[in-house]
Amino acid sequence: MTSGMRIGVVTFPGSLDDRDAARAVRIAGGEAVALWHADADLHGVDGVVLPGGFSYGDYLRCGAIARFAPVMTPLIDAAKGGLPILGICNGFQVLCESHLLPGALVRNDHLHFICRDQKLRIESNSTAWTSDFEVGQEIVIPLKNGEGGYVADDKTLDQLEGDGRVIARYLDINPNGSRRDIAGITNERGNVVGLMPHPEHAVEALTGPTTDGLGFFTSVLTSLVNR
Amino acid sequence: MARVVVDVLLKPEILDPQGKAVEGALGRLGLAGVSSVRQGKTFTIDVDGDLDDARLAQLHELAGSLLSNPVIEDYSIREVTA
Repeated sequence: MTSGMRIGVVTFPGSLDDRDAARAVRIAGGEAVALWHADADLHGVDGVVLPGGFSYGDYLRCGAIARFAPVMTPLIDAAKGGLPILGICNGFQVLCESHLLPGALVRNDHLHFICRDQKLRIESNSTAWTSDFEVGQEIVIPLKNGEGGYVADDKTLDQLEGDGRVIARYLDINPNGSRRDIAGITNERGNVVGLMPHPEHAVEALTGPTTDGLGFFTSVLTSLVNR
Repeated sequence: MARVVVDVLLKPEILDPQGKAVEGALGRLGLAGVSSVRQGKTFTIDVDGDLDDARLAQLHELAGSLLSNPVIEDYSIREVTA
């Protein structure tokens, strides 16, 4: 069954997980639309995923060059207008570099690239991308990053927590030194979400540790239908 | 031609694990009394012609947006003789 909703997935030079993200959109019941970094518009999509990878080789800073790609101009405008945007891993870094989300992602405190099945607790279901979860729900999805440490000043962190804008937290271990075990956050409006672990790799029993990641992609379709 | 050097360093309150690793290595290699190492980036930018105020202002703007992330980094700009 398809929802008729069209979710764009942006490919930057060096994106890795765009195909998995598109597949996750399709499995959730949406239509995946390939967006190119050099596109001047968003082809009328109903939401956008900025996928994981190493856009522009992570040169300068992760996401710093992608942030100035042509497709980001209409994307930033659309995000401010309420279009659902999910940034996963490198996509989260791009959203922080674009100042659509506060804070920044820095090198893991232990300096090693880490790849593991990571337990998370969903902290908010009042966003376009988490509405199908229960608050407090524990999920396991893959995590793989070298620069996944979420940092922001204490005032920003207090504000994020006070406003319920931390959407997921690491459980059992903090894999990268993120402040306050933060795995994902949202903007004030709840349409822009950044998440360091990878829900798009946990949508099928054959290849994922669970199918817990599917909830992010069904949430946005539900949010769009109920809009 | 004018040459401009932009230095980018993590803000003091941001943990610098790479600097910490270098700090440990310096100690292991026998350098006594190292109390801190911070690792940063340097950009050497050559521009044609003279560096007037307008271009310097443009460089400052780009140093604070593209070359550094103001959330975690500070930058400084200096003009040097090429």
